[in-house]
Amino acid sequence: MSVIRITSIAKKFIMALSGLFLIVFLLVHLGVNLLLLSNDHDLFNEASHFMASNPLIQIMQYVLALGFLVHILSGVALTVQNYLARPNRYAKNRPSENASLESRTMIVSGGLVLLFLLLHMRNFFYYIKFGTGPEGGDYVLVTDLFDIWYYTAIYVVSFVILGFHLNHGFQSSFQSLGANNKFWEGIWKKAGTIYSVIIAGGFSVIALYLFFN
Amino acid sequence: MNLTLKIWRQNGPKDKGRMETYPISDVSPDMSFLEMLDVLNESLVAKREEPVAFDHDCREGICGTCSLHINGEAHGPDRAITTCQLHMRKFKEGETIYIEPWRAKAFPVIKDLIVDREAFERIQQAGGFVSVNTSGNTQDANNLPIPKVDADLAFDAAACIGCGACVATCKNASAMLFVSAKVSQFALLPQGKVEAKERVLNMVHQMDLEGFGSCTNTGACEVECPKEISLDNIARLNREYLCATLSSE
Ligand code: SF4
Ligand code: FES
Repeated sequence: MSVIRITSIAKKFIMALSGLFLIVFLLVHLGVNLLLLSNDHDLFNEASHFMASNPLIQIMQYVLALGFLVHILSGVALTVQNYLARPNRYAKNRPSENASLESRTMIVSGGLVLLFLLLHMRNFFYYIKFGTGPEGGDYVLVTDLFDIWYYTAIYVVSFVILGFHLNHGFQSSFQSLGANNKFWEGIWKKAGTIYSVIIAGGFSVIALYLFFN
Repeated sequence: MNLTLKIWRQNGPKDKGRMETYPISDVSPDMSFLEMLDVLNESLVAKREEPVAFDHDCREGICGTCSLHINGEAHGPDRAITTCQLHMRKFKEGETIYIEPWRAKAFPVIKDLIVDREAFERIQQAGGFVSVNTSGNTQDANNLPIPKVDADLAFDAAACIGCGACVATCKNASAMLFVSAKVSQFALLPQGKVEAKERVLNMVHQMDLEGFGSCTNTGACEVECPKEISLDNIARLNREYLCATLSSE
C-alpha cells in the first residue's frame, strides 16, 4: 500500500534513480562521441550504425526514453508542488546565503537542457535513426553541423549548463537514496564535480575540435 | 542605533496582510532582537496603536517558539542561533531590516509574525514517540547497552527544538530536516527500533498530508537550523523510509 502511494520521499527516489540512469547513459554517449576524434571516420560511422540497429540497444532506447520522461515529468511535478507549498513569497529573501545556485535552479538548467535535447533529436537522432543523413555517413552529418559557429556555440553552452545540473544532481541522488553521511558527502560531491567536468568538458572539446578542424 | 523596520502586519488568518515601515531610534547594540521589538511595541502602545504580535517564550534558545524571518534569513543573519539569541550588534547603523513570519502553506499566519505550527505536533503524534509500558515494572533505560557513537548521534538529533526554521528557509517549504531529526533520535536507539517502521511511514505520511513541499537537497535547512541538525539525518530518514516501505506488509 505504501509503495503505491507516491509520497514525497518516493518522488525523491524516482528522481534519483532516473537521474543516475541518465548519468550512466551520458558516459556511454561520450564514449561513442570520442570516436569522432579518430582519423578513421568509419569508426564513428560503424559505432553509430551499431547504436541505431543493434536489437539490444533498440530495447534500451525505449528504456532510455522512459528514463528521460520519468525524470522530466517528475521534476516538473515536484517543482509545481513545491512552489505551491509556499503560496505567499517572502518580501525579502536571501537564498544565496544558505544554498548553492545549482541546487536552487535545477528546473531552469533542466529546462534549458531539455530544449537542447529537442534540438539534438531533430539534428542527429532523427537522421541517424532513420538513415536519411548525408552521403559519407553519420560522421559527415556531425562534422557538417559543427562547421556552423552558432550551432557549436549553442552546443557548448548547453553542455556547460548540463554540467551545472549534474554537479548538484550527482551527489543529490545519493543523498536521496539514503547512501550518504558526513564521510561520504565529500566523496560524492568531489566525484560529482569530476563527473560533471568530464561530461561538460568532453562533449564540448569534441565539438570545438571539429569546429576548428 | 537608528534603524528602519519593515514588518509584516496581518490582522488575522483571513487578512491579506502587508509590509509596514517603522522607524526606530536609540537601539542599543547589546539588545537582543526581541528586546528591540519590545521597545517598538511599547512605543506603539504609547501611541495607542496595535503592537506587533510575535512568538516567544524562553528567550534563551531552548523552546523553539521564536520564529522570525529577518532580512531574508530564518532567525536572521547569525548562524546556529534562534531569533531570541540574535543581537542588534549584528546590524549596521541606519540599516533597513525586513521582519516576516515563516512562510509556508503548512504554517498559516495567525496574526502578524505568529504562525500556526501545529502541523509539527500532528507529525509528532503520528509516530514521534516510543510506547512505554508504565505498569510499574519498567526496566531501567541504562540496562540497555548503546554504542557511544549512536547515543551521540541520537542526542544530536534530539536537539531539534521544532522551531520550523528549516521549513521557513527551504525553497520548497519542506519539513524533512525536522521529521528526519524526530525519526533519527529514535531510529538510532534500541528503544526506538521496535516501532521504527510504522514510525517513519506514519510520520512521512502525515508530513505529506500537511502540505509541506518535497526535499530537493539544497541544504539550506542545515545552514539555518539553530541546533545545527545535520543533513545526515535526512539521508537516514530516506534509508529508514526505503527499508520500511520494502519490508512492510
Ligand atoms: S531541524 Fe532545526 S530548524 Fe528545523 S525545527 Fe528542528 S531545530 Fe528548528
Ligand atoms: S524564545 Fe525560546 S528559543 Fe527563542
